[in-house]
Amino acid sequence: MTGFLTLLHKELARFGKVSLQTVLAPIIATLLYLLIFFQVLEKHIEVYPDISYILFLIPGLVMMSILQNAFANASSSLIQSKISGNIVFILVSPLSYREIFFAYVLASVIRGFLVGLGVYLVALLFFSVPVSLPLWALLFAIIGSALLGALGVIAGIWAEKIDQLAAFQNFIILPLTLLSGVFYPLHSLPLIWRQLSHFNPFFYMIDGFRYGFFGVSDVSPYISLIIVSSCFLVVSSLAIQLLRNGYKLRH
Amino acid sequence: MIPAIEIKHVSKHFGTVRALTDVNLEIYKGEFFALLGPNGAGKTTLISIIAGLSIASKGSISVMGHDVITQYRDARRMLGVVPQELVFDPFFTVREALVIQSGYYGVKNNDRWIDEIINNLDLADKANTNMRALSGGMKRRVLVAQALVHKPPVIILDEPTAGVDVALRQTLWRFIKQLNQDGHTIILTTHYLEEAEALCNRVAMLKQGRIVALDSIKNLIGRILNHSLRLRLSSSQLPAALTKQLISKIGDYHVLKIDDYFQVESVLAVLRKANIQVLEMQLLQPDLEDVFVNMMNNHETESK
Repeated sequence: MTGFLTLLHKELARFGKVSLQTVLAPIIATLLYLLIFFQVLEKHIEVYPDISYILFLIPGLVMMSILQNAFANASSSLIQSKISGNIVFILVSPLSYREIFFAYVLASVIRGFLVGLGVYLVALLFFSVPVSLPLWALLFAIIGSALLGALGVIAGIWAEKIDQLAAFQNFIILPLTLLSGVFYPLHSLPLIWRQLSHFNPFFYMIDGFRYGFFGVSDVSPYISLIIVSSCFLVVSSLAIQLLRNGYKLRH
Repeated sequence: MIPAIEIKHVSKHFGTVRALTDVNLEIYKGEFFALLGPNGAGKTTLISIIAGLSIASKGSISVMGHDVITQYRDARRMLGVVPQELVFDPFFTVREALVIQSGYYGVKNNDRWIDEIINNLDLADKANTNMRALSGGMKRRVLVAQALVHKPPVIILDEPTAGVDVALRQTLWRFIKQLNQDGHTIILTTHYLEEAEALCNRVAMLKQGRIVALDSIKNLIGRILNHSLRLRLSSSQLPAALTKQLISKIGDYHVLKIDDYFQVESVLAVLRKANIQVLEMQLLQPDLEDVFVNMMNNHETESK
């Protein structure tokens, strides 16, 4: 347990020491999204009855920032360690593959939560955003950020250059988050896009998280929960397998 | 007795490049052992496989009886590795890096031992300095310290003195010798052969991924080269009786091969008889460098 806790502590200290960039900057960026989309789209999008667009938008943005920061944490920590070579300190240690995996994932979850909480608290200064089913929201936030943390582990192991990691982030993570219904309800889309969105796991994370706020969602939260949990299981087994085989880490 | 490190039939290839071919080696507990060889001979590859940084294509390795693959956690607890490259984590100070490294090995409340390492490696002034701000030599000391936080019974140092000043070299070897006397097994690679000669009891010489010599330094020197005699003579012509002993003639100097000290007497007798005076005489002791050069040249043809 000491090994795992040490690695977790090291990972928290890592982003803690650069928290301007890792926590504060994403909070500010998300609040800018909030302001802009609120101004531009408020009158154009019909969301759910009795729910204003801004109320709809806030949980989406909170979840988006949780997910993006969870991914960024594990992936950038790993690639920095690989490039600078200090990953050897972990590789020569008796830390087990699971300990390494869960330490990176848990640190990612915590960073995601810090940023998400920051966005939510600042939004509360301007708007009243009640959470009607907090346990649902919490559940989706935990599993969603763990899933993105695990994806970050895979991306960090796979990428050999910052460039490749940026490609992973910009061509996979970013489009999937932006097209997941953060900014619009799915039922406002044309049929074909609605159907395509059902293949996007990010959609279920956002939709399930939002259910925690309003008790209303595009699909049943149980279905979302099953899909998101299954994705987490698949992605984390893959990540642990890569760590076990030493893929791109132990040559 | 279980050897500190047991290497059995280890081969490693990267694509079509063969880095190691059927390496067999046992290093005993308490040894001060050197792995020697030119650049690219496979020393670092072998160390990486022992440390789990690399995975052998064939064969097996155990550290204090623990297989490095199937019992990797036990094997790694027994091992401290000082990597050749100057790697560091820029987020932390020296002390933080050492506390973190202890934690990875499951060692809590390690302050006393960390202080001891810091003092022994003359790092006390820099203990609270960020790693980024350290000079190369200081970073090297921290790497050594990081390898020792868990008091490993087996310590591997991959070229620890490459590009390091005299002060650090002395501090480092004093500390490592102390650890060896306390029972730790030490394995090092170095390009400074006089270092290996001064410190180690056994050496293995690697060449193109194979072990070409494995013995005590004394035996290696005794087995491969004989003593020689360097003479400056009053005549440039060597008596015929001595020509078959001639190894080389450089300027006025003749270098003669002798099998033992008694032969010095007979050489002098032949010279006296030929009426040649000895102007200068020097007995040349072979050293590890001669063995090394000899081994590396001898196997040139064999390996083709």
